[in-house]
This record gives sequence, C-alpha cells and structure tokens, in this order.
Amino acid sequence: MGEVLILVDHVDGKLRKATAELLTIARRLGEPSAVHIGPGAETAQVTLAKYGAGKVYVFDDPAALGHLVAPQAEVLAAVVAKTNPVAVLIPSNSIGKEVAARLAIKTESGVITDAVDVQAGDGGPVATQSAFAGSYTVKSQVTKGAAIIAVKPNSAAISPAPAAGAIERVDVALSDLAKAAPITERKPKAKSGRPELTEASIVVSGGRGTGGDFSPVEGFADTLGAAVGASRAAVDAGWYPHSNQVGQTGKQVSPQLYVACGISGAIQHRAGMQTSKTIIAINKDEEAPIFELVDFGVIGDLFNVLPQATDEVKKRKG
Amino acid sequence: MNIVVCVKHVPDAQGDRTFTDSDMTVDREGVDGLLSELDEYAVEESLKLAEASGGTVTVVTVGPAAAADAVKKALQMGADKGVHVSDEAIHGSDAPATSLILAAAVKKVTDGAPELVVTGMASTDGTMGVVPAMLAERLGLPQVTFASELSVVDGKITAKRDSDASTETIEATAPALISVTDQINEPRYPSFKGIMAAKKKPVEQWTLADLGLDASQVGLANSWTKVVEVAKRPPRQQGEIITDEGDGGVKLAEFLAAHKFL
Repeated sequence: MGEVLILVDHVDGKLRKATAELLTIARRLGEPSAVHIGPGAETAQVTLAKYGAGKVYVFDDPAALGHLVAPQAEVLAAVVAKTNPVAVLIPSNSIGKEVAARLAIKTESGVITDAVDVQAGDGGPVATQSAFAGSYTVKSQVTKGAAIIAVKPNSAAISPAPAAGAIERVDVALSDLAKAAPITERKPKAKSGRPELTEASIVVSGGRGTGGDFSPVEGFADTLGAAVGASRAAVDAGWYPHSNQVGQTGKQVSPQLYVACGISGAIQHRAGMQTSKTIIAINKDEEAPIFELVDFGVIGDLFNVLPQATDEVKKRKG
Repeated sequence: MNIVVCVKHVPDAQGDRTFTDSDMTVDREGVDGLLSELDEYAVEESLKLAEASGGTVTVVTVGPAAAADAVKKALQMGADKGVHVSDEAIHGSDAPATSLILAAAVKKVTDGAPELVVTGMASTDGTMGVVPAMLAERLGLPQVTFASELSVVDGKITAKRDSDASTETIEATAPALISVTDQINEPRYPSFKGIMAAKKKPVEQWTLADLGLDASQVGLANSWTKVVEVAKRPPRQQGEIITDEGDGGVKLAEFLAAHKFL
C-alpha cells in the first residue's frame, strides 16, 4: 500500500479535531503520513503517532503560515513529489480547500472538496459529498494524479492505531510569489468556552425569532455542551458574529444533534445543516419550512420553551 | 485601475436543482438560472473600486448560451463590457479546467497584464470555493481571498479575512487576485438607466480556439475527477411535532433523554 498524506490541522501544535479524523480515514486507503506545517510539531507528534502516522513531515519556517495559502501548497507539492502518495487528505475549511485547489494545479491532480466520507475503492478512493443543500449525495473519484480530497470535520469516528510518527524535516525554498500576500495581523477570536461550530456534536442555533436576545439559546447550548450557531437573518441584523453563521455562506455543520430556535428554515440555512443526524426545531410559526426536516418540533415561543427545557435537562443531568 | 470580475451563471437555488441523468452533470437547462448571488458581491466591489480609481470593469463568464444572462446582469449593475466564453467542448468541465479557461480569458482580455481580478467566494451550485485560488495559481498572482473588508489605494491592497480561529489582515500589491465574501458590501440593484445602458455595452463571444485552448484540455471526458454515483437523498421523515401547552420544554428534554443526548 502507498503513502497517504494528511495535512495537519493545528494551532501552534495544538491539534484540531479534524486531524485524528483524517488519520483514521487515511488508514483505510494506505499508510498514513502527516504533513505538519508551522510550529509545534514535537507537541503534535505524540497524537499524530497515536492515530497512525508512520512519518511526520515537518516544515516549520514561519513564512509558511505568515502568508496566505500559497506556501502551504508549495510545501505539500514538494512532499507529494517526494512520496508519490495515493491520496492527500486536507481539512475542508476555507484555508484547506484553497490549499487543495493550488496543490491540484501544481501537481495536475484532481480535487474533491467537502467530502463527508472517504472509502477505498477500485481505481482509488471514493469520496462522498452532499450537493444542492443536502438534497443529493454524490460519490466521486479522482482520475488524475494524487487523489486530493478535502474532508469535512465529523466525517469519521476516530480510533487510535499507534505508529512510529518519525519526524522528517522537509526542505523547500518558498517562491517569492508564495510570499506575495503576507498576513500582517492575526487577531484571535474571543474564546466563548464553547465547542467550535464545525466540530461540535451538538449545535443550538438562533434566528430571527430571538429578536436579538440569544441568552435562552446560549443557556440551552451550555447545558448540552453545545456550540451556538446563528441564521443569516440574525447575523445580518448584527445580533451574532458572522463566524457563527450556519448556512450556505457561513459554516456547514453536520452534528449529531441540531436545534433550530426561531429559524424559519430558508434554503440558505438548510444548506448549512440539513445533513445533521437529528434535527429539532422550536418556532412560533407552524408553517415554518424548518418543520419539514425535524425529528422533533415544538410549535411555541422559544422564550418559554428553551428556559423550561434548560431547567429540565439540568434536573435530569443532576 | 482596470478590473476583471469573473462570474458564474447557476441554477436558481429556489428551483428544483437536479443532475442530468445521462452524464451526472448539473442540469443547467431544466431549472432557471441566474447570476450566482455570491458573485453579485464581487461585481459590486469591482464597481466601487473602479469608480474610486477611474478604471473599467470587464465581466467574464464561462458557460452555455444561457450564461449570457449573468454577464447581462453585471452590465446592468454597471460593468463596462463583457466576455462570454462558450463552447460545446466545455460542458462538464471540472474546477481545474474551468480555471484554465478563465485564466486564458483574463489574459486575453487584459493583453496578458491583468491589474485586479475579482471573484466571489464560491459558486452557489458547486460551492467548492476553489476556482479563485486556482486562478491565482494559474495567473501567477498574489492571492487575497475571502475578503470581508477591502481597501485598494494606489495598488496597495489590504483585506480582512475571517478564519475559524482568528481574523487576519492580509496585504498585497496589485496585480492580484481577490475574492470577496457576502459580508463585504450590499450589491446594488440595476437601475432603469443601467438596464437600458447595458443593451449597448459590448460583449465579446469567445470559443476555446479564440483562447488558444484545445478541446482535449477541458470538458467532462478530460476532467481530473469523475462522478461515480448520484443519488437523491430520501426526504427526511417528518418526526413528531407538538404544540407547546406549557410543557413544551419538558417534552423536548424527554425527547433528548429518549434519544440518549443527555
């Protein structure tokens, strides 16, 4: 079996959830190797090895993350040239998808993004995607070059499979063009203490029906250990940050449980949450299209239903 | 500053979007199409930048005959001229092939020297969001993508980009490729005057041959990926819906407990 590269998703060596998922998926396709770009490889190494990385290719020149996207694609292209991998798995977030895009052109390889599953198949890995706001499921294969597949978070149940995790430094001279768009400032987002939206197994979202008061939504989310999302209407009204927007132009989430509070369920929103495993909605309007999707719905005022549900959940959790 | 804005004609998301049975490509005939909503922000930003610097805006699209509507809409909004690349051989092209065609069209319309190339963040049909980065790679331009705020002063570009963990400031110097999000502006509606004026604006019709490209480089048969299966997801079975009679919250908690979420 050939090598399968995964791009490590991390902040200063602290791994994000997608990384172990990518390694778990990579083991289905071949021998996983991690590509760690940026600082903290020694910190990451233990976990990368635990989930099956035989090798950890490291490139820690600060210039790689100090410029937008292009340097990461150059580093990956160099590792691809060296290893001739059967697949390259990349986190399907906005940066990851753009790294995949440039890598595809550099290596003349096909690219698939937003995969929710990847399995070994005849003639290479088969990636599953949701299309048209979750109304279709599409399976695709790469037919040219290394199979570059950007995989969404929550696409695999992680399992450990210890491997060597041997660090191997990569020597790449970044081009001037790769350094043409420097990131001159990086402001960390305020920490909410809640799980990240795309990684969370439960998401509670608020929409127009909150009238701008997200406190019942946040209160309920916190009793469930959930992330908080918002509809485009709520974000456009300035009630909640854009980084929490669920929908076509925000985040696409696929949690175990999605609770939509005061959200009508326009196509724009459905595109971001329709593949959630279980869906609950609370809405005053019994005609709201969101009810077409739900496993459980409450026609009622979220300002009554949510506080009561919050109390009841707390009671049951003891 | 002269700007080229790349746009896509997409099936209306409000319609019943489907795939073509015969070749599993997006059905672009059975559903009404329109200028991708996310490209309206790119057109608006291009118009603002051109207005501020006294340049022109050229709108470029690749697609079948109906895609002319996307060019028309951009011209009605205020773009100065259009380019429509259309060729039967293009049908079924994947993102790398589409970016190849767009890059060739951008080069031709700017005599090989683009100043600013602007795009939306993604299309509303494919939603991959990879073509802008591919275009930057192919054109050899600095990539400033997913801008939610943008300023261009004397060719110096400053943009804000929201990532999961942080908000970043990115700087570059023109020529460059910029993609914008739906947070950046409020696209204008075409005025009556704009609609009338658009009728007189020039639109170039180009084929692959005009761009020096060959049918063997594009299209479904030469795609670097292939779709092996398309299945309509069964509609979600509507579950239990109750009306809150004072105990809606308790019942919700009961549902969560019964389904092992607590």
